[in-house]
Amino acid sequence: MSAASTIVPSAGPVAGSRSFLSRLREGDEIARLITFLFAASVVLITVLLVYQLWVSSVLPRHKFGLAFFVTRVWDPVFDNFGALPFIYGTVVTSFVALFLAVPLGIGASIFLAELAPARVSDTLEFFIDLLAAVPSVIYGVLGIFIVVPLMRRFIAPVLKNTLGFLPFFKGPVYGIGFLTAGVVLAIMVVPYIISVSREVLLSVPRDQREAALALGSTRWESTWKVVVPFARTGILGSIFLALARALGETMAVSMVIGNAPTISASLFSPGDSIASVIANQFTEATGDLYTQSLIELGLVLFLLTFILNGLARILIATTSQRGSGMGNA
Amino acid sequence: MKRITGILLAVLGFAGIVWADNPLSLTGAGATFPYPMYSKWFSEYHKKDPNIQINYQSIGSGGGIRQVTEGTVDFGASDGPMTDEQLKAYQDKHGFAVLHFPTVLGGVVPTYNIPGVSGELKFTPEALAGIYLGKITKWNDPAITSPNSGVTLPGDDIVVIHRSDGSGTTYIWTDYLSKVSSEWKDKVGKNTSVNWPVGLGGKGNEGVSGLVKQTPSSVGYVELIYAVQNSMPYGSVKNSSGVFVKADLASVTSAAAGAAKNMPADFRVSITDASGKTAYPISSFTWLLIPSKFPDASKRDAVKAFVKWMLADGQNYTEALSYAKLPKEVVAKELEALNSVQ
Repeated sequence: MSAASTIVPSAGPVAGSRSFLSRLREGDEIARLITFLFAASVVLITVLLVYQLWVSSVLPRHKFGLAFFVTRVWDPVFDNFGALPFIYGTVVTSFVALFLAVPLGIGASIFLAELAPARVSDTLEFFIDLLAAVPSVIYGVLGIFIVVPLMRRFIAPVLKNTLGFLPFFKGPVYGIGFLTAGVVLAIMVVPYIISVSREVLLSVPRDQREAALALGSTRWESTWKVVVPFARTGILGSIFLALARALGETMAVSMVIGNAPTISASLFSPGDSIASVIANQFTEATGDLYTQSLIELGLVLFLLTFILNGLARILIATTSQRGSGMGNA
Repeated sequence: MKRITGILLAVLGFAGIVWADNPLSLTGAGATFPYPMYSKWFSEYHKKDPNIQINYQSIGSGGGIRQVTEGTVDFGASDGPMTDEQLKAYQDKHGFAVLHFPTVLGGVVPTYNIPGVSGELKFTPEALAGIYLGKITKWNDPAITSPNSGVTLPGDDIVVIHRSDGSGTTYIWTDYLSKVSSEWKDKVGKNTSVNWPVGLGGKGNEGVSGLVKQTPSSVGYVELIYAVQNSMPYGSVKNSSGVFVKADLASVTSAAAGAAKNMPADFRVSITDASGKTAYPISSFTWLLIPSKFPDASKRDAVKAFVKWMLADGQNYTEALSYAKLPKEVVAKELEALNSVQ
């Protein structure tokens, strides 16, 4: 190492007063430049991705225009393509997944962070991290061999008997379909919600709890009325992480959703999702319009994720007006 | 540091020896259906001629056609013949044509799971088309029961199952249905994936067979090889001579023999619904796609030598892997066509 490094570089504000050259020599400027490039690469990759999807889907954009979003047909033989059934399937399965996973995940994370002894909490966290690392095809197999038969024999008949008057639980039951895909997705995203929410809850300052207890609240009141609202932003963050995962999940969904591009209010009906149809059909797609329509579906998925993420930001911004200082989530 | 350099040099040296041993390497890409056969052939051929190493990526027929057109591989492979537009695109890009060479044959069989029915079912073309069009919805429909007089079929709803991924199997199945039903031809048509009027999709042969096994009163279609290897029940199908034929290697080869008489010069022929009393009607060739001109003479000679071997000795390996071999008439025509590769 050179002799220059023996001079300890001074911290940020002071660094600004020195000349560019000396900053360059001492490494500050180089470090700044390199880390800036790393940060910029994220933006660059996103822009390139969208650009590539955009230029590779010229044909269907010109041929179908905005009708692509509302057409219900997907016909590779007569070259007529529409994204609506896939958008519908993607949104419905993700919604079902969150509907099941959010209460479960947040409940579990509250127990682990607030109520369980540290040793239990840490042991369970190990297993939860393990669950999050399981490849999705394993969840798909689990879905086919366990969730599908359970759905056909027990869950669906019970739902039909009790809630059968709702349009969501009508029609024939095959065992595979929107509901099964949603359940499998819920199982997949729960570990994310638990893991992130638990970290956020654990990082709520101790004095918040002590203050609540000192004011005479019970353990549960301090948890539910003080700790959870304090960690709200972080918990919402974990939910949106789960949503992003559910929207883009391919293999597991493909194995249990039924792969029929239908739009039906019934959750028992088979459907299809954007990621699943791309994975299913891309390798054997023949003809430019067909291939490019699949690429445009990729663009639609990107747009969908973008819109939902944007909505998430707005939701966080409006709900965290008061009280929440969890910048480190 | 010295040790690392030493190891690196040793690795490079070793790699050099390995590479130097294979001066000629050919790459191919395409159909997944004949992949087990092709990988067996390529490894056997490498044993015979260690100077030639053939690498094959089973990325699907569509990918095979794309890659051979792009010129990123030495040859492609496909379960469905290239369309006229695709051939023209190739011709426009390269200035010469791409040729089809049939390698082996496969069949597609209807498989089913009906509680209480263990016997083998007989399917008429009308019944299969009706079921897949969604017009025949119950197992005790007369179109299904009339040829199956000994079997009592329940009045349950039929659950139709098809492939969700694009595949050559679907191409053969829909090609057959298009030939036997004009309504299917007009409404649905044939392709590696289609707009199915009814049913659920399973990914791959294993996805379809899994759904059929799990779902009571369902019907699906899988490759013959897959059904044989997994001892699944499958039905016989009435051919154009009016005989119910169960698919096996002999009946599939027989379908090809019937078509061999009026085989077009470019081998792009569909042999579904073939004539002949013993012909199984849902059969198809699978093809290698070989450019008619190679800029590299050594590659050209290697490809030609391989195809020649594949058509002669190579055909002896087919039945062990449950592929139907080519009829003699087709082999003779292919050897003739091979001469036009320059």
